[in-house]
Amino acid sequence: MSATDGSAGMPAPAPNDTSRRGPLAEVFFSLLRSGTFLTGLTIVVFWVACALFGEHFAPYDPLADDIINALAPPSAEHWFGTDQIGRDVFSRVIVGSRDILTVAPLATLLATIAGTALGLFTGYFRGIVDDIISRILEAFMAIPVVIVALLAIVALGTSKTTVIVVIGLSFAPIIARTVRAAVLAERELDYVAAAQLRHESALHTMFVEILPNVIPPILVETTVRLGYAIFAVATLSFMGFGIQPPSPDWGLSISSNYGMIGGGFWWTVLFDALAIASLVIGVNLAADGVHGAFND
Amino acid sequence: MTEPANALELRDLSVAYRVGGRDRAVLRNLNLTIGQGEAYALVGESGCGKSTVALSVVRYLPRNGSITGGAIALDGQDVMKLDAEALRRARAESVSMVYQDPGKALNPSIRIGRQLTEIFELAGVSGQAASGRAVAMLNRVRISDPASVMQRYPHQLSGGMQQRVAIAMALANDPSMLILDEPTTGLDATVEAEVLDLIGQLRQELSASILFISHNLAVVSKMCDRVGVLYAGMLVEEGPTQAVFNDPRHPYTVALLRCLPRGGQRKDQGRLDTIPGFLPGIGSDIKGCAFADRCALATERCRTEPPPLYELADDAGNRLSRCHYHEQAQSLPRATPSNIAAPARQAASPAVLRVEGLNKTYASHGHPLRAVKDVSVSLRPGETLGLVGESGSGKTTFARLLLGLVAPDEGGMIELEGKPLAPRLESRGDDQVKAMQIVFQNPDSALNRSHSIRHLISRALKRLAGLSGKALEARLTDLVRSVRLTERHLAVKPRQLSGGLKQRVAIARAFAGDPRIVVCDEPTSALDVSVQAAILNLLADLQSKEDVSYIFISHDLAVVRYLSDQIAVLYLGRIMELGPSEAVFAGPHHPYTEALLSAVPKLDQTETSRIRLDGEIPSATNPPPGCVFHTRCPRKLGPICEQQEPPLSETEPGHAIRCHIPYAELATLQKKVVQPEPA
Repeated sequence: MSATDGSAGMPAPAPNDTSRRGPLAEVFFSLLRSGTFLTGLTIVVFWVACALFGEHFAPYDPLADDIINALAPPSAEHWFGTDQIGRDVFSRVIVGSRDILTVAPLATLLATIAGTALGLFTGYFRGIVDDIISRILEAFMAIPVVIVALLAIVALGTSKTTVIVVIGLSFAPIIARTVRAAVLAERELDYVAAAQLRHESALHTMFVEILPNVIPPILVETTVRLGYAIFAVATLSFMGFGIQPPSPDWGLSISSNYGMIGGGFWWTVLFDALAIASLVIGVNLAADGVHGAFND
Repeated sequence: MTEPANALELRDLSVAYRVGGRDRAVLRNLNLTIGQGEAYALVGESGCGKSTVALSVVRYLPRNGSITGGAIALDGQDVMKLDAEALRRARAESVSMVYQDPGKALNPSIRIGRQLTEIFELAGVSGQAASGRAVAMLNRVRISDPASVMQRYPHQLSGGMQQRVAIAMALANDPSMLILDEPTTGLDATVEAEVLDLIGQLRQELSASILFISHNLAVVSKMCDRVGVLYAGMLVEEGPTQAVFNDPRHPYTVALLRCLPRGGQRKDQGRLDTIPGFLPGIGSDIKGCAFADRCALATERCRTEPPPLYELADDAGNRLSRCHYHEQAQSLPRATPSNIAAPARQAASPAVLRVEGLNKTYASHGHPLRAVKDVSVSLRPGETLGLVGESGSGKTTFARLLLGLVAPDEGGMIELEGKPLAPRLESRGDDQVKAMQIVFQNPDSALNRSHSIRHLISRALKRLAGLSGKALEARLTDLVRSVRLTERHLAVKPRQLSGGLKQRVAIARAFAGDPRIVVCDEPTSALDVSVQAAILNLLADLQSKEDVSYIFISHDLAVVRYLSDQIAVLYLGRIMELGPSEAVFAGPHHPYTEALLSAVPKLDQTETSRIRLDGEIPSATNPPPGCVFHTRCPRKLGPICEQQEPPLSETEPGHAIRCHIPYAELATLQKKVVQPEPA
């Protein structure tokens, strides 16, 4: 009877161009049309390029001291002036993004992985598992990052790894909370019941069935967290718990020079501060764009 | 002007939506006239442009929509020429709309009273007077206790009450034109009947003209004077409602009417007719007749020459049909042969499923909520048990108990092929799990949107049938063919398929492990009638081929009747009536079944005295004492009904009714009301 049954073998009408794209491709194209996202992306790409190739176009060696020219104000020779031991501030600012752009993304990645796993577990199992883990995470979120960092540094010693672990773990609960909310909504959909009716394992249901559907909120939360992570890394470096000398890191430079402001040597601090601000703003603009693209 | 202008006049209206950078035509030169005080219905399948008409009338099209040609006149006033202020006034004063989902039309955080008085205040009535008018308006839509309803929030009202409030709001400014866009689609049959009665009564009190948009032909035939059938943004047929439905003159109308299971049709009497193919996509180029590709009567002329709207000579009034061969429309051959051999039922085979004393109690704010109470049924191989009842009657909970998705209370028993089933899915054996599967109501929720169709079906084959490699591929091809999908559907994601195709994927998945029982939870409620017919045919075919049993849940009694051998009528989690399908429909039946049957609107307007249920379905946390149905029962005997719960007693072999009224008396009582066949 298949020859006669109507809608039977007939293919669906050819979908038009836009609907042929998958949802992620849809988001990608809407990102390309978003001014906010493109502006943010340009700023971030600029700093990434500086981190990768900065040493090739920096006019001076960022680490080379020149005591005779110490604390020289901005001039044609030293565009951003020089610091206490005569290092060229412009070259240091350009190369200074390298550490922060390694540490902050890695910390965010760690936070995303740990947070996603925690969110999937709490959202999927609900009940007592959720209650216990969620209370622990909330308690964790209540402790300021600085205290956690201090404790970790005492225990592990100062290193980039410590910073990554500290920031990663302090952000994980926040991502976990977002993922949990998304998973709780997905959990109610019938495809989860259908998976149970195939006797699928909990891990399969969580990671193969549910995870692909909660990618959008995870991506949005990750980009937002990256902005915070940059800020947190800079703060820790400023306080001396993060990136260690002689790195030209921005936070570290501000920390070692801010005493100079009183003496009128503003250039030793201002350009590093502007660099941090621009990177954070760039990431946040990009995050805004991603959020908008997913929620249109 | 000497003669009053028409309430609504559309002249050559064309509307396009901009999708993917191109304007795509949705309405094509639509002409339509609604006279003063007339009720006009627009019917057609989803995607034909019904709602676009409604939105155009008040220029409420979405941002990517635009009117590309033609004119709209409301009471003789050109809507296209109105400036922003005049348009606002027209929307506020002369047109009102009621939408499908009243829950979304009401603001969830504002009390009903405030929302209603606001409308009067906007019209310049002072606060005190406005609230008086609001109460009067609630009275008018037959809300018995307006003062208390005014104090409530929308979520505290049932769906039917919400829709009454929405209608009250629409009527508040005494509009000359009322647009009802699928106003009863989400409601139970009993509530739908109430709302339709209300609209019918209001029509007599008000002078408003009505544009009634619906996909439900029976509802339309009850409510409207004239009907227009919309196809691909064009009127294909128009005329007085009864004339069009009794004597359709366009092959599309003929085919639509044939898709409905009518006159108590059953699966062993043959298959339902279907409409082959699909609606042309929006904006597609139509050369000849838009329906030609799906029409078995189409000739070369139909493909090349667009038919005009022919005026038909008919004594029933002005009739139009956009078909070159409108005289022959009714000779349209069936798309599906009706003479499919009926499966011989073996009465003697042992039950595949036995359920004894199943209970489920939820805790709701500390009170026990008996969602399912003392349900016992049994089912033989190849049989269908239909579950009917209003929403909240426990149909879906019962299905989830059987599947083990929800654990029942202690003490009940579920037996599959003679072996007891563990209450929870996790403790059931793999064989038991694959033997009982489900087709969910909403395929968008049931199919994982991240996975391809191939992944969805082959995962089920792997897990349920234990197949892999070549064997899996071979079985996949078979299975896909048996639900009438093709290989090319396998590569796509669910969102790229239409609702009917998605439901076929869900059916394929349920059948992957050769199940003994498939639970079908309203599998066609989201589908158009032509697609519904194809899915029902498919389910009937699979059943006769595989000897599988169905538990079929639906609120559509005609659909349940088509597929079911046994019917269980549920009310507040209890079985009120259980028996062979013919016996339950033929009666004598439980007063609740009687009310359900009489609530269904019929296509042929053989108006019979109807039984209406008063009031709301009581809360399951606090069910009435005695017979749970006594608060709404039109045949209540007296105190005995309030004090003593009647037993489910067998009245004839296999047919049991939970009622104090003796069987013989029910028979005489119900004989007085001639029970028509459900449409």
